[in-house]
Amino acid sequence: MREEIAIQINGITLTVLAGCTVASAIGISDLACRTSVGGQLRGPLCAMGICFECRAMVNGQPHTRTCQLLCEPDMDIHTT
Amino acid sequence: MTRHFDTLVVGSGPAGISAAICAAEDGAEVGLVDDNPSAGGQIWRESLGKHKPLSNVAKWHQRLLAAQVVSLQGWPVFDHPSARTLRAERGGKVIDLQFENLILATGARELFLPFPGWTLPNVMGAGALQAMVKGGLPVTGKRVVIAGSGPLLLAVAAYLKSAGAEVICICEQASFAQLMPFAFALLSTPAKIMEGLRYRGSTLKIPFHTSAWPVQANGDHQLRDVTLSIRGKRKTISCDYLACGFHLVPNTELAALIGCDRQSGAITVNEWQQTSIPGVYCAGEPTGIGGLELSLIEGQIAGLVVSGQKEKARSLFGKREKWRRFASRLSKAFALRPELRSLPDATTLLCRCEDISYGIVRQHRSWRDAKLHTRCGMGPCQGRICGSAAEFLLGWNDASVRPPVFPALISSLVSSQTYTQSEMQNTQEV
Amino acid sequence: MSGSFDAVVTGAGIVGAACALELASAGMHVAVIERRGIGSGATAAGMGHIVVMDDSEAQFALTSYSQSLWQALAPELPASVEYERTGTIWVAADDEEMAEVHRKFAFYTARGIPVEVLDAQSLAEAEPNLRRPLAGGLRVSSDAVLYPPCAAGYLLEKAKQEQPALELILGQDVVAIGSGLVVLRDGTQIHSPIIINATGSFAPELTPGIAIKKRKGHLIITDRYPDFLHHQLVELGYLKSAHSSTADSVAFNVQPRKTGQLLIGSSRQYGAENSGIDRDIVSAMIERAALYMPQLANLSALRVWSGFRAATPDKLPLIGPTEDVSVFLATGHEGLGITTSLATARLLADHLLGRASAIPLDPYLPSRLVNDSASPSTVEMFHA
Repeated sequence: MREEIAIQINGITLTVLAGCTVASAIGISDLACRTSVGGQLRGPLCAMGICFECRAMVNGQPHTRTCQLLCEPDMDIHTT
Repeated sequence: MTRHFDTLVVGSGPAGISAAICAAEDGAEVGLVDDNPSAGGQIWRESLGKHKPLSNVAKWHQRLLAAQVVSLQGWPVFDHPSARTLRAERGGKVIDLQFENLILATGARELFLPFPGWTLPNVMGAGALQAMVKGGLPVTGKRVVIAGSGPLLLAVAAYLKSAGAEVICICEQASFAQLMPFAFALLSTPAKIMEGLRYRGSTLKIPFHTSAWPVQANGDHQLRDVTLSIRGKRKTISCDYLACGFHLVPNTELAALIGCDRQSGAITVNEWQQTSIPGVYCAGEPTGIGGLELSLIEGQIAGLVVSGQKEKARSLFGKREKWRRFASRLSKAFALRPELRSLPDATTLLCRCEDISYGIVRQHRSWRDAKLHTRCGMGPCQGRICGSAAEFLLGWNDASVRPPVFPALISSLVSSQTYTQSEMQNTQEV
Repeated sequence: MSGSFDAVVTGAGIVGAACALELASAGMHVAVIERRGIGSGATAAGMGHIVVMDDSEAQFALTSYSQSLWQALAPELPASVEYERTGTIWVAADDEEMAEVHRKFAFYTARGIPVEVLDAQSLAEAEPNLRRPLAGGLRVSSDAVLYPPCAAGYLLEKAKQEQPALELILGQDVVAIGSGLVVLRDGTQIHSPIIINATGSFAPELTPGIAIKKRKGHLIITDRYPDFLHHQLVELGYLKSAHSSTADSVAFNVQPRKTGQLLIGSSRQYGAENSGIDRDIVSAMIERAALYMPQLANLSALRVWSGFRAATPDKLPLIGPTEDVSVFLATGHEGLGITTSLATARLLADHLLGRASAIPLDPYLPSRLVNDSASPSTVEMFHA
């Protein structure tokens, strides 16, 4: 059994299984990852680290790609 | 932190794994560096260690575990600071990887073509949706339309169906006439799927349309439905996800930064998989999109060459030739049709990083001019998405590469970094 | 194509574009010939800083006159030019540099430039991401920034509006100019009584023997961090490095873009002719910048690039006639090309048309260096 991990997305606690990526966790929450420079909501396009649409604020660091990032306990994620 | 290897392999997909295994056969110090949390690249994502025993993947995984290969997962390579050094960064930490021989196995990415509404959340690549599901996104009961081009669409359809999604249809842009002569030459599993889909003799029963492509994705804050053109007729289908990718393009940016010659978007290599730079080899999709079997063979050849086993490498030339011919038939079968150039209108965004519309970009004479004057391609993706699309839409192939090949922290661009050996020990994993 | 024109400008960078606009506005039939694209040389590579400088009276005259021309143009500049009056703060790290702040304050105040001395506290308030303590700084609120390739594009667009017959020839290499003739690589010959060499650091290729040397620089652009930086910041040590003519040097110099991205510089190298990235220089540049703004280290860098400034021995550009009666120079602007492009074009046009100039042209005449080209003092200036 994979362990459960509690993370925070926009201040709300979500429990995911170990091995879940942050992008997928954001998707589970039915949220968009970011807002584009023109004000559009965006989610992952390539899911392999090259399109940069999946960027979010993770543990205080802005512009963090989330599709290759595994969730870790107490991770603080903010969609932007 | 600096580590030295006799051979460094970049990319732990099939080509990189087979290259690393063969490169380590003479006892050399081999490093395998990759940007994903675990090995497998795209096609073997989340498959190593979770596969059927005795399958192809299992065989290669066993060989990798047995080989003396140092694994560096989760380290995106972003710079080439000197002739025999690559630099990677993870969470603000930097590692310099020094090598005698370099094997680039950086794989491929999906080609994304713009159409109205393509920027809506839940419109993504085909391989992308598969990767998201493997990364924990549940799709049970979700309605999915798969579109674009290439055998990947079939593999993704099968995977998503097995993950509980309701795959409504697959829309392949190629025409039936273009595809069918080569249908039996496709990779074995998708061929069986394709037969099944075409003749409705399998349990999948997913409608497979040819001469079909998306013309508009609709929704307010996320995808609500997609309008498709299917052999000239419009059809709107409500769905939760549109998984749309137009086959693959090689990831050649790192090779280009190093200075390897490119032709038609692929890295040129000789019979030994060596690039135009001595000591630098390239294997798999970056030498030309060719699929799994060809990647495995090219990786083995490169690894055998650097470990002094040229005769063994030569013995694989026949197989390589066979799979290259297959790859050529594949690219003909899935060649992109000109109608796709008319999908975006003037207001459709081309550059998603900077929100620049297609109409603005195409007023210019070249990719470089467009970048300079519209900022298209100046965002974090550095033109990987919009540049590849512009190449298809407008024929512009004058892209150039500047470091870093992926965004890196300013501090990571500084020449010297020192931190302790213990921080490196956590990366000895597959 | 071939034909004849009243004036041909070689080089469609910011200086060439400004020259084209001035001459088109004066009613001339102008051709602009560029081997790549609009604004694709140093114009593409540098920071778009519009700054008054006080190295010499002549430099001050040119930069302040040109800045006023930019201010007059500002209201009509489109959004893509990203013109913004961010102001510059010259940052003083110690008492010696603070004394320089006071000297500059007096100099600029006497000449009508709006300046303000910032003590350590006000500096910290103006730019919270600067490290503390620093001694203070000088804020020059009339300084501005813009995005140069689009500025060059706008100047040419405006020139075309003034003179619909203006010809912009892109992707054509000029191999020779002189005696009223411009020769292209494909053999085309264009006649013109006035030929302006505005090809920046490549100017000696068309006008051999002029005192222009390439001075390489590097820049880094970051991802978007709105509110990280408000003014263009330059360390007073910049002047020490710009003065150094031989050693490779770096200095703290950062610019906020309207996008919220930061441009980080700067570096200067003599004798480096290849356009590759010199990582040791970039490292030194980052380390210098991080001394002033430690948080820069944590920002995401999207791209690093290099470019070539056109440097002259006395830090003033070459504007005006050469020994060939048909060839005129508008080059050698080093790091002040954006700033002084408009005044360069105006002074040159005044000269060509026999109009009175707002400031004297003499200090920038190419002839000031021609006789000295073999003299020890010029050699010293290059190698001091």
